[in-house]
Amino acid sequence: MFSTRRNIIALLSILGLFSCGSRKDALDIGHTDKSVLEAKKIAEVGGFRWDMASGVSIKVLLNQHPYAEAIIQKIPDFEKFTGIEVDYAITPEENYFDKVTTSLNSRTGEPDIFMTGAYQVWEYAGANFIQSLDPFIQDSNLLNPDYRIDDIYPGVLGTLRWDRVPGHLTGTGSQWALPLGFELYSLAYNKVVFEKFGLEPPKTIAELIKICETLQEFDGRGSYPIALRGSRNWGTIHPGFMSTFANYGARDFAVENGKLVSKVNSPESVKMTEDWVKLIKIGGSPSWSSYTWYQAGADLGAGKAAMLFDADINGYFQTGKGASKEAVNIAWAVMPLSEGQKEINSNLWTWAIAMNKASNNKLAAWLFLQYFTSADYSLWSALEMNAVDPARKSVWDNPDFKLKMADREGYYETFISTIDGTRILFTPQPHFFETTTEWAATLQSIVAGKYSSVQEGLDILKKKMDEAVEDIIIE
Amino acid sequence: MQAGLINSDTNFSKKPFLVKARPYLIMTPALLITIGILYPFFTAIFYSLTNYSFRATTFRFVGLKNWTQMFMEPEFWHAILVTGKYALATTGSEMLLGLGIALLLSKESKFTRLLRVLLIFPLMIAPVIATIIWQLMTNNSVGILEKFLNLFGVYNFPWASSAKTALLTATLIDVWVYAPFVILLILAGLQSLPKSPFEAAKIDGGSAWFTFRTLTLPMLKPFMYIALIFRLMASLQEFAIIFALTKGGPGNTLMNLSITGYTTGFAYLKFGESLPYVLTLWLIIYLISRKLVAKWLLVQKTAGGN
Repeated sequence: MFSTRRNIIALLSILGLFSCGSRKDALDIGHTDKSVLEAKKIAEVGGFRWDMASGVSIKVLLNQHPYAEAIIQKIPDFEKFTGIEVDYAITPEENYFDKVTTSLNSRTGEPDIFMTGAYQVWEYAGANFIQSLDPFIQDSNLLNPDYRIDDIYPGVLGTLRWDRVPGHLTGTGSQWALPLGFELYSLAYNKVVFEKFGLEPPKTIAELIKICETLQEFDGRGSYPIALRGSRNWGTIHPGFMSTFANYGARDFAVENGKLVSKVNSPESVKMTEDWVKLIKIGGSPSWSSYTWYQAGADLGAGKAAMLFDADINGYFQTGKGASKEAVNIAWAVMPLSEGQKEINSNLWTWAIAMNKASNNKLAAWLFLQYFTSADYSLWSALEMNAVDPARKSVWDNPDFKLKMADREGYYETFISTIDGTRILFTPQPHFFETTTEWAATLQSIVAGKYSSVQEGLDILKKKMDEAVEDIIIE
Repeated sequence: MQAGLINSDTNFSKKPFLVKARPYLIMTPALLITIGILYPFFTAIFYSLTNYSFRATTFRFVGLKNWTQMFMEPEFWHAILVTGKYALATTGSEMLLGLGIALLLSKESKFTRLLRVLLIFPLMIAPVIATIIWQLMTNNSVGILEKFLNLFGVYNFPWASSAKTALLTATLIDVWVYAPFVILLILAGLQSLPKSPFEAAKIDGGSAWFTFRTLTLPMLKPFMYIALIFRLMASLQEFAIIFALTKGGPGNTLMNLSITGYTTGFAYLKFGESLPYVLTLWLIIYLISRKLVAKWLLVQKTAGGN
């Protein structure tokens, strides 16, 4: 009895110790803003200079991606140019954001710079993990006069701007990161297969499904009509699926009485999901539910799939000399829309670079950000390192870049047709990864026939999504 | 005698510091390991009582809210079911296969000697890599297993893509990776058994089945229990194979306690809510392994003739 009581007291004491430690951590937040003032003070002395943080060492965390490969190539030049020493680490995408989130949460100031996407900003900005870049952009002593921020597509730059209010669209508020490149969504197809079967790129989802019926095992057993992502995570929802969802007039959330309310079981959403499920069943890979970006793109390149409804750049990476078996046969067309729809809505994903709020080297980190999102670097990385789609208009207008794009039939034209309707189609909110992962899991269950109808599956999903965001109050 | 004792104490006080500290120094690594285990454990208990999240800058004590919420979630009971089904399917198959193959390999020949070496290979491959290899082998376009099934007129077998066959696929991979461990353990047990009881049974004309049932199996039981304890504990907490294969899908088909805990903690950033899943898993493993270890001690005594 005595021993049990002693054990309970010991356990409570230990828990008490943890509790004290954690409260202290929480109180430390926000104390690093003085490092921004220090950066401003240094820049004030002689105006903008690339060597104003010479001798400083920064840590950079990169995701395994062609954008990161381009950065790594240029790091020695950056070090020589600025006198800043860069220590970088590269992590495969599967675990990349776990590592970023854990590092930022530790608030040790490492890494100083990290790659991020717009959806992650909705989590990181709310948690105070990420440094607003406004104090740097707005200070003429800190901004390179040649930076030309207005050269970046406003739609792309705006996706990294947010006022931190869940439910509010991106495009207003602080600038949290700067884009390295981005992707929009379109239909990539094998033009030789289309010619063989006398087909034209489909204009509507109904036409697409019809084409899928024609292209069953178009090249024998193992070949199938269309590659789509289907794995149990947000990556399944944000490419072609979300763009089509918007093109059917559906939306993920609405703000009602100061709360976010899921609209995934609306009639538009049900119709779209029914058609999408039909598309998967008729045209998708038998292994659809395990398909990520890599498998979907690789199947188009290998000639296993006749079409790919995904990021334009996913198909792009299958082209070029020796990139894949079908490298020279891939062409692009605007994504198929719903019946009667004229306006193209494409979702957008951008890889960007951002600064850790707790970084102790913000001046050096800011110089890194500017260098690797500058017009010169963007052009070099697009031409030499396949870092597409570039976020700067000047790169798209560059004759050498246009020449490079000319090899890819329909790529440039599809981009131009789609870019104006390209924006983030999700409602910004900090539970994005939970709601979209549940969405992907529900889609898998609907395809597997777990529910008696699409409506039933989406009704259950709506309940889950409402529960996930119930703590959000919009004032 | 008493004088001797006094002398000894005096000698001890004169010993150099390092000699006096030796018992404590010897204990230090064990102490550090214990702290290394206990610290995260108590931290986990504490945070399971808070609303701690990577997303928020502060957290507060919420009592047993996370625990009660978890017990009310249908996902939790589904995760318990998946954890149990997976553990039974994999451990059961591995034990049966392990015993059968070990018995076959216990006969001495060049072929069995070679096979014993080859059997170690799957154990040298990380489960995640093994899963990726199996994903390729089961791929409907290029997979060798798909081609094999084609010979029997089976096309587009869904493997991990279907809710109906996902558990079977994950079990196959688990068995491929870990059955060699069970085989080697039981084989080592078989080779350490005394020869005389078997020779006596042979002289008395005992059949192979009689010898197996009354001699081999009882004497082999301690080894089988060790294999069972290791495999059951590991399969209850299986993460790598399921995560690499389907991330818990299709739908929620393979969402066991480990994957649900990980997804809630790292994908949804709800650490306070994820920890009850992990701690429940710990409790289940602790209770089962305690029971099995007690049983193993008993079986060992019986096998030793005590």
